[in-house]
Amino acid sequence: MRRFSTLYSALDQTQSTNAKVAAMVDYFEQASPADLAYAVFFLSGRRLRRLVGAAKLRHWLSETSELPAWLVEQTYADVGDLAETIALLLADRTDDAPLADVSLADFVVEQLLPLGKMDDDAQRDRVVGWWCSLPYQDCYLVNKLLTGALRVGVSQGLVATALAQVAGLPRPVILHRLMGQWTPNAEFAGMLLAQDDGKASLSRPYPFCLASPLEKLPGELAADDIAARLGPVSDYQIEWKWDGIRGQLIRRDGQTFLWSRGEDLITTQFPEIEAASTGLADGTVLDGEILAWQDNQPMPFSALQRRIGRKRPGKKSLAEFPCIFRCYDLLEHDGRDLREEPLTERRALLEHLAATFPERLALSQTVTGDNWQALALQRADARRRRVEGFMLKHHESRYVAGRKRGVWWKWKIEPYTVDAVMLYAQAGHGRRANLHTDYTFAVWRGDELVPIAKAYSGLNNEEIDTLDKWIRRHTRERFGPVRSVEPEQVFELAFEAIAHSSRHKSGVALRFPRIRRWRHDLAAQDADTLETLEALI
Amino acid sequence: MALVSASSAGLYCAAGGFHIDPMRDCDLALITHAHADHARRGAARYIATHDSVPILRARLGESINISGVDYGETLDLGATRVSFHPAGHVLGSAQIRIEHDNSVWVVTGDFKRDPDPTCAPFEVVPCDTFVTEATFALPVYRWPPPATVAEEIYAWWQSNKASGQPSVLFCYAFGKAQRVLAALAHLTDATVLTHGAVEKLTALYREAGVRMLPTTPVDLRTQRDYSGELIIAPPGAAGSRWMRRFKTASTGFCSGWMRVRGNRRRRGYDRGFVLSDHADWPGLLSTIADTGASRILLMHGHADTLVRLLRERGVDAAEFGQQRESVDEAL
Repeated sequence: MRRFSTLYSALDQTQSTNAKVAAMVDYFEQASPADLAYAVFFLSGRRLRRLVGAAKLRHWLSETSELPAWLVEQTYADVGDLAETIALLLADRTDDAPLADVSLADFVVEQLLPLGKMDDDAQRDRVVGWWCSLPYQDCYLVNKLLTGALRVGVSQGLVATALAQVAGLPRPVILHRLMGQWTPNAEFAGMLLAQDDGKASLSRPYPFCLASPLEKLPGELAADDIAARLGPVSDYQIEWKWDGIRGQLIRRDGQTFLWSRGEDLITTQFPEIEAASTGLADGTVLDGEILAWQDNQPMPFSALQRRIGRKRPGKKSLAEFPCIFRCYDLLEHDGRDLREEPLTERRALLEHLAATFPERLALSQTVTGDNWQALALQRADARRRRVEGFMLKHHESRYVAGRKRGVWWKWKIEPYTVDAVMLYAQAGHGRRANLHTDYTFAVWRGDELVPIAKAYSGLNNEEIDTLDKWIRRHTRERFGPVRSVEPEQVFELAFEAIAHSSRHKSGVALRFPRIRRWRHDLAAQDADTLETLEALI
Repeated sequence: MALVSASSAGLYCAAGGFHIDPMRDCDLALITHAHADHARRGAARYIATHDSVPILRARLGESINISGVDYGETLDLGATRVSFHPAGHVLGSAQIRIEHDNSVWVVTGDFKRDPDPTCAPFEVVPCDTFVTEATFALPVYRWPPPATVAEEIYAWWQSNKASGQPSVLFCYAFGKAQRVLAALAHLTDATVLTHGAVEKLTALYREAGVRMLPTTPVDLRTQRDYSGELIIAPPGAAGSRWMRRFKTASTGFCSGWMRVRGNRRRRGYDRGFVLSDHADWPGLLSTIADTGASRILLMHGHADTLVRLLRERGVDAAEFGQQRESVDEAL
């Protein structure tokens, strides 16, 4: 644990990517295989299943610190991180002694994981024991492992860079080996660093290839600009950009695995897609989009949301929100990795296979046009087709891991906008702790303001600071971490779509709302009305 | 009627005919200390401690009409008897004691209880009504011993020196910077480079007899190698053109808010050093008890939190005046 704690401090105390990679390389080179596996597990953002509930931890914190529960809540809201709040309130007593030097893996396996099987009293003894005896850094780190993700400013990509250096392997190989579900142990560490691939896990997906945005907000790009940036339209495969869940459908050894881009295994959530995949040959991997689909067109994203929540959807929900998998790309054929083949080759093979696909595995059709101008005209039709715009993929492009600028582009349509009044504000978490960055916005219904959306992004740091100060001075009421503010500030929100919703007081739900501009020029009464929003549905 | 009232213009004592740290124009202003959120232009006459006078002249203009008083010296203003007592916040900082009709009020301005070699230590002044700041009134704000923090800063500087990097430490230019320079004087006698804003105040501290490390302002005209140097700059310099000359620098920030990791990460500082010129949570609670006051009025920061806790414990407490953030701790 001491070495891992030193690594955590080193990562936490620098903003330099090189220094972070160097610190990880240093750790990985000296770590035992089991420690390396757990370090990779935590650093790449994975977390242990929940061993002790957060409510229980807060209760014990209130008891141990002898502070009233409301004060613990208020303090937690200010700090924005429970693990840190606990350490700040309880650690660094005079008789604190560091953890005995157990290895990271041993600590997790022997000390943390057994908590899950203990009764409340035993859990409390062990956890509160740590809180009251460990110095700050150890207490904080143990709490981080206990409560969730590490969040120390490194991504899975950066971990892969360091591992690639340690193993002497190309980074994409490591990225691929980190995909999907795996158990952090010595065996996994061996597989991760091995020179040849050996027998990979059947279910393992490939890293997704991601597109870069083409638009420069807020204006539209002229067709000429696109030609200048991308070259002739004939160099590109152009598809509609569907608004669903990006997924990877794997058929190997008579089994199907459906992965979301967030690397969740969601096969059971979509039994109709699983059933449709049984005809695929072994060793087939498809990249595509899961869509709720009815009457030859996509249903709003909110329909898909109803399906995501259900591990095993019932008959009613299957009938109400039927789903399909729209195929974009072919990543593996006959067990062979095709990602280094140019897109034209992959596409030709995909089209050939798709000829025999069942209806629920639909090919993503390409769109053609003589020039960018012609495409811009077709793109104007996107909203009616319920798509988000175009995907532009160079015919020669390989299927790269992650977002590499210039490989694929997304050319989205201009979002809808609405002018709305800020009603509530809440402090963020992590690096946004102690700063009001989560806002609730409302529009007029008669002479009443009804909330329509929450938005977190879109302001720059300077605006966030100014707004934070304004919020503190114009707070009406506080409900725990949430403040209601004077309804004075108007913001232009952008959003991708709007649908009816019975779960919201306003009766509407916005898709991906974000702040576009702070409208200093507008007063609250100039904000939009609910009727204007409803007219967009 | 209350002896002191609070409005958007600041604190006003009608019986004495004076304002304390006024935000607007007025006849007579009593100034607790020379930070910009407490000392403003626009008063016909000022009264402050002798150590505050040169700083107030430098900040508000040489021509202001100001008289200096000693700590503990009594003044009869209107129907009140007034005296200034050390607040331990920065050079010249004072609490103001007001006596009228057998009732005593104390207004702390900003204060701290931790040792600070650059100013007179806080003095407990018994009173009936205690008007105190509450900038850091949450239980997570507990300060480590300042000597330990000075050692951390020194170790960080030396480790950057070993790897050939400059160290840029952001400190509020008045008070915090000088406190760091004084604390480091126990560990080294090396010369520290300063931003112009810091140098100006440091010179005033030297004139007041405060012992600090030698300093040299960063020369704006010449290019040079800054590796291994410690540079002290105000937080406003972060991200400015001025910073470009210290390309490979490791950056640090001194503030009480650095106790919370998110505050440091958000600003992109490599290191945060927990050093504040305000009272921490235990300091606020013990000071409130020490004064023996029967009524507690709280200003700034997390005043609402402390009001609620004190009331739950049966203490007569309320928020007082406008709640704002202190400039010397601003993030």
